[in-house]
Amino acid sequence: MEKVLMSGNEAIARGAYESGVKVASAYPGTPSTEILENVARYEEIYAQWSCNEKVALEVGIGASIAGGRTLVAMKHVGVNVAADPLMTLAYTGVNGGLVLVSADDPGMHSSQNEQDNRRYAKFAKIPLLEPGDSQEAKDFVKRALEISEEFDIPVMLRTTTRVAHSLTPVSLEEPGEVLLKEYIKEPQKYVMIPAYARVRHKLLEEKMSRIKDFNDNNPLNYIQWGDKEIGIVASGISYQYVKEALPEVSSLKLGMPYPFPENLVREFAAGVQKLFVVEELEPFMEEEIRALGLEVTGKEIFSATGEINAEMIRERIGNKTESAPVKLEDYSGEEIPPRPPVMCPGCPHRGVFHTLKKLKLIVTGDIGCYTLGCLPPLEAMDSCICMGASIGAALGMEKANPELKGKIVAVIGDSTFFHSGITGTLDIAYNLGSSTVIILDNRTTAMTGHQDHPGTGKTLKKEESKAADLHRIVNSLGIERVTEADPLNLKEVKEVIAREIESPQSSVIIFQKPCALLEKKDKPLVVDEEECSYCKRCLDIGCPGIMNDWEAEKVQINPDLCSGCSLCQQLCNAGAIRKAGDNLE
Amino acid sequence: MSRDINVLLVGVGGQGTILASRIIAYVVQANDLSVKLSETHGMAQRGGSVVTHLRAGEEICSPLIDEGQADIILSFEQLEAWRWLPYLKKGGMVVVNSQVIYPVPVILGYQKYPENILEKLKKNIPRTFAVDALALAREAGNERTVNVVLLGVLAKNLEFDQSFWLQALESILPARVLEPNKKAFLLGYQES
Ligand SMILES: Cc1ncc(C[n+]2csc(CCOP(=O)(O)OP(=O)(O)O)c2C)c(N)n1
Repeated sequence: MEKVLMSGNEAIARGAYESGVKVASAYPGTPSTEILENVARYEEIYAQWSCNEKVALEVGIGASIAGGRTLVAMKHVGVNVAADPLMTLAYTGVNGGLVLVSADDPGMHSSQNEQDNRRYAKFAKIPLLEPGDSQEAKDFVKRALEISEEFDIPVMLRTTTRVAHSLTPVSLEEPGEVLLKEYIKEPQKYVMIPAYARVRHKLLEEKMSRIKDFNDNNPLNYIQWGDKEIGIVASGISYQYVKEALPEVSSLKLGMPYPFPENLVREFAAGVQKLFVVEELEPFMEEEIRALGLEVTGKEIFSATGEINAEMIRERIGNKTESAPVKLEDYSGEEIPPRPPVMCPGCPHRGVFHTLKKLKLIVTGDIGCYTLGCLPPLEAMDSCICMGASIGAALGMEKANPELKGKIVAVIGDSTFFHSGITGTLDIAYNLGSSTVIILDNRTTAMTGHQDHPGTGKTLKKEESKAADLHRIVNSLGIERVTEADPLNLKEVKEVIAREIESPQSSVIIFQKPCALLEKKDKPLVVDEEECSYCKRCLDIGCPGIMNDWEAEKVQINPDLCSGCSLCQQLCNAGAIRKAGDNLE
Repeated sequence: MSRDINVLLVGVGGQGTILASRIIAYVVQANDLSVKLSETHGMAQRGGSVVTHLRAGEEICSPLIDEGQADIILSFEQLEAWRWLPYLKKGGMVVVNSQVIYPVPVILGYQKYPENILEKLKKNIPRTFAVDALALAREAGNERTVNVVLLGVLAKNLEFDQSFWLQALESILPARVLEPNKKAFLLGYQES
């Protein structure tokens, strides 16, 4: 059988293909984004970006009711957005199998929190599968769909960053034939009015108790007996770390940790002298084990924050180490400057934040590449909570403290606006707010790797569709004052913001310029050393293409990085910055 | 004897560490070793410090290399080699591109770029191979072959036959960029 290296995300897409998924939907978000990008390559599957995770899941629900196997994918915080349909979907159950992929991010490599979505499976009362490598990621998609159909219930497949973004070998299979199921009108199953929902809730409880019995004899959960002094319960990537660190001990691997397989766990616990549980984030399995009245060590030795690795397990359970570090001389970690991510040279967001700082405004922020505007030297963001929160937060601030009126702007990206900014803007219009909303329209979802969205007029499958018109959307929400401006023209940026913030009515500014990574670079700029007075104004924009050589008291522009956007040129009072090749006057 | 190899590829977001890791993976797989890779996606790709873990051997479980356990650090930039050095194990090797890319705190003048990194690396790690990969990439006719120059240097210092590397380039890279990449590989190979 052919084995290929695949990331967990590619493998999930392959699993969808092999198990006859008909519809896949998602909103991008690290570490889940590549799932749908890969699904989209299979012609057999209809795949789409939705505006947000709630809609993605609702599309999935419809597809399942219609009888197709369905995959819906999102990052962990996306499940918060989709939680409303999820909770009731557990009651209705499915027709075609439905798997919800939740890609969690312990350690917050690319997220605003590190919530543990295994809790959602328990909260919603649905089965939870946790793959630990790409082979399992592919296989578990199939198992999840089968379990979903067998028990008439949606199933959560939970990955973490290290599963999603690690490449491990996978054996490929050809897709089996999976037919569309017949659509049957069943209002008592799908119309959740109280009278019907009461019945469905009872049914759900019964189902979960049957699934619990099933899970005690589920081959996805298995014991490997070894040294019986130590027994470790683990799932997902943590199981790989356990095997790496302590291959000699006894282990219980839970491929399906919820509903918790009680009898299997009891059997394992009875066979070992000391029981451990190794899990990242929440004591999810630990609590289940304790509820059985068993003694177990878990969060006493592993933190509820961040990631675990093999070396920690070796040290904390095995009392040994495999680390053989070099003794370094003349080495001080503190002297090593950090290298945080930055807005790219030529990024159209930069000048807006520079101006917001200069105008000393309160900026309620949002999530996207532009969140980098909170870092020095721009430092022009006062809050960032979740997608869409900038707008409601601005309104709340001015309502709480009228003195702040005229000093607050909300800043939001185009993809984020379509995701969850429209309702907030409507709220400002409806509730007579005066805040100014700035939409940074770089014509793409840049942060997650340039996905299309309703404003780009291209679907995930690259079909042309009608591009949503931001200006007209805002107008129809009830906001008349809408200005479109060029974010790379600093004078214009300043004038427009200063004017709109003064206005007692609510207003929206749309700064439109495509992401610099999608555009051809212009000729780079150069600094004329004779003219340069080393006033350092050009450094205020924090462009990685401009270097401050403070020993020589000079600034230089790196021609390999410079995109020629001219923001620094506009800031230079001495006229010392010009296009490379242009004649000196 | 264990044939396990742990390679940590480090650099700056956007430098092409991921492609390099795929090529190494191809070579070790062609030599009947199992391999696992772990990559950085998302926010850090915007010019942040990025790292790819590559583990090869008879049986690999964890896709991650822990501190003090890397056999090789392959660095696309000086400061990144220095930053990740605690991951190297005793007797390990460093292949480093002498290119300097200033991080924002240095650009703004908040912090200094450490001096004499290459000398300090050589003093600490006898098996340090520093090359000006950008210059060699230009010589090969394409600046974007920096990563393959570095692979050439690495290849010279690993047990796998050169032919596997050339095969890997042929099967992974698009035909139109193959020639400069082969040239870049050989320039790196001859350099060390
Ligand atoms: C609920 C939720 N879904 C997804 C994400 C991941 N995510 C954060 S911002 C963002 C979109 C960024 O696009 P945009 O607003 O256009 O800004 P840009 O990065 O292009 O500047 C995404 C997909 C998230 N943080 N939360």
